[in-house]
Amino acid sequence: MILMGRTFSRPERMRMFFRQYLNEIEQLGVNSIGIVLLISFFIGAVITIQIKLNIESPWMPRWTVGYVTREIMLLEFSSSIMCLILAGKVGSNIASELGTMRVTQQIDALEIMGVNSANYLILPKITAMVTTIPILVTFSIFAGIIGAFATCWFGGIMTATNLEYGLQYMFVEWFVWCGIIKSLFFAFIIASVSAFFGYNVEGGSIDVGKASTNSVVSSSVLILFADLVLTKLLMG
Amino acid sequence: MIEIKELYKSFDNKAVLKGINATFENGKTNLIIGQSGSGKTVLMKCIVGLLIPEKGELLYDSRNFLDMGKKEKKQLRREMGMIFQSAALFDSMSVLDNVMFPLNMFSNDTVRDRTKRAMFCLERVNLTEARDKFPGEISGGMQKRVAIARAIALNPQYLFCDEPNSGLDPKTSLVIDELIQDITREYNMTTIINTHDMNSVLGIGEKIIYIYEGSKEWEGTKDDIFTASNKRLNDFIFASDLLRKVKDVEIQNIEG
Repeated sequence: MILMGRTFSRPERMRMFFRQYLNEIEQLGVNSIGIVLLISFFIGAVITIQIKLNIESPWMPRWTVGYVTREIMLLEFSSSIMCLILAGKVGSNIASELGTMRVTQQIDALEIMGVNSANYLILPKITAMVTTIPILVTFSIFAGIIGAFATCWFGGIMTATNLEYGLQYMFVEWFVWCGIIKSLFFAFIIASVSAFFGYNVEGGSIDVGKASTNSVVSSSVLILFADLVLTKLLMG
Repeated sequence: MIEIKELYKSFDNKAVLKGINATFENGKTNLIIGQSGSGKTVLMKCIVGLLIPEKGELLYDSRNFLDMGKKEKKQLRREMGMIFQSAALFDSMSVLDNVMFPLNMFSNDTVRDRTKRAMFCLERVNLTEARDKFPGEISGGMQKRVAIARAIALNPQYLFCDEPNSGLDPKTSLVIDELIQDITREYNMTTIINTHDMNSVLGIGEKIIYIYEGSKEWEGTKDDIFTASNKRLNDFIFASDLLRKVKDVEIQNIEG
């Protein structure tokens, strides 16, 4: 709570804050686009194939595969599972960066200069994550759907028309917003929990490694717990 | 001038600083020396405010640091520069950006003026050619010089150096020592150096404080050290044969 209090104070210099903010958007957000698109594309394709193979029956309507793929991507994969993956990639990055800065006395150097190090280092990370994760979630949804279509175009699993019909069938716009709202909370969890573990490292390189692992484990558990609560609140 | 009065600090009921009194004067290189674990790093951290002592006074030109509010402390910190043992340069920034950092953070000058000031500081430490390099691309000695340039960027009143020669070869150590001494005199700063490099002690020790198990054991200048009768100090300073021989020669010179 003390760390968050120091983090959420007014930045010393807005120009320095925006410079850091843009750096973090690039480092934490833009640099994660590739992995998000790759994973989402393949998961979208695999979900389509699995559903097609497992529920194929003359009694099932032809739109079922597209419908189920869309619901899985919108409601769980692109928000929750993607954020769990990002907790590993981005969370460990944040914890190890701050941890290394701590053990090499870079944070002490900031403090001695009179800079609020928590505000200067952590606030841009949290704001950059909260800004970029919803965009990454949207990219993930699209990449998953393109992956699903790829199974039709290149794998011949089913016709693209049937898939498209299922994807559009009984579409509820609120589900997209649910995914985006959830991702905002997850982004905050990833950035703040990882920053906490990294910022408070004491010791050397082994402790930086431990902080990195602990940050990934803790933020993943918190994301799962928050997912349960948010799903109940938003959809229950 | 920095004055320390009856400074106490302990960790888990173990006293690390036991009522230290000292005065560090302007325009002089003040050295804190002592064995590893004697409490000199804790003392330095208390002086710069990274640790809060339990008891005592810490006066920066008669302003008690321990009684100051957050704003006053922040203001005072802008009058401080520090060179860390590991240089503590920001890895993600170029040499020039590292030196410009305090200016970008606290100065209202234009970008041109800030760059000019940073280049002046880099010139002062003979490092203008490395301006676009990153800390990982330059040597340890160069990193220390960049740290000095960054520390003097805001024209500080007080300069703190935590083992500035750690990990450097003797020749580079000499360059760093001379640079710190020159800058101290040039800007009439109060400089405190935490060291156990005997070359520094005998070279630039205009005032030396020897700490033993958290207490001030001895105080004097580099010239006084040869005639000091304190056994613990002598055992610490003249631990090697070479230094004992240096001491004998110096004493002969003084007597003869």
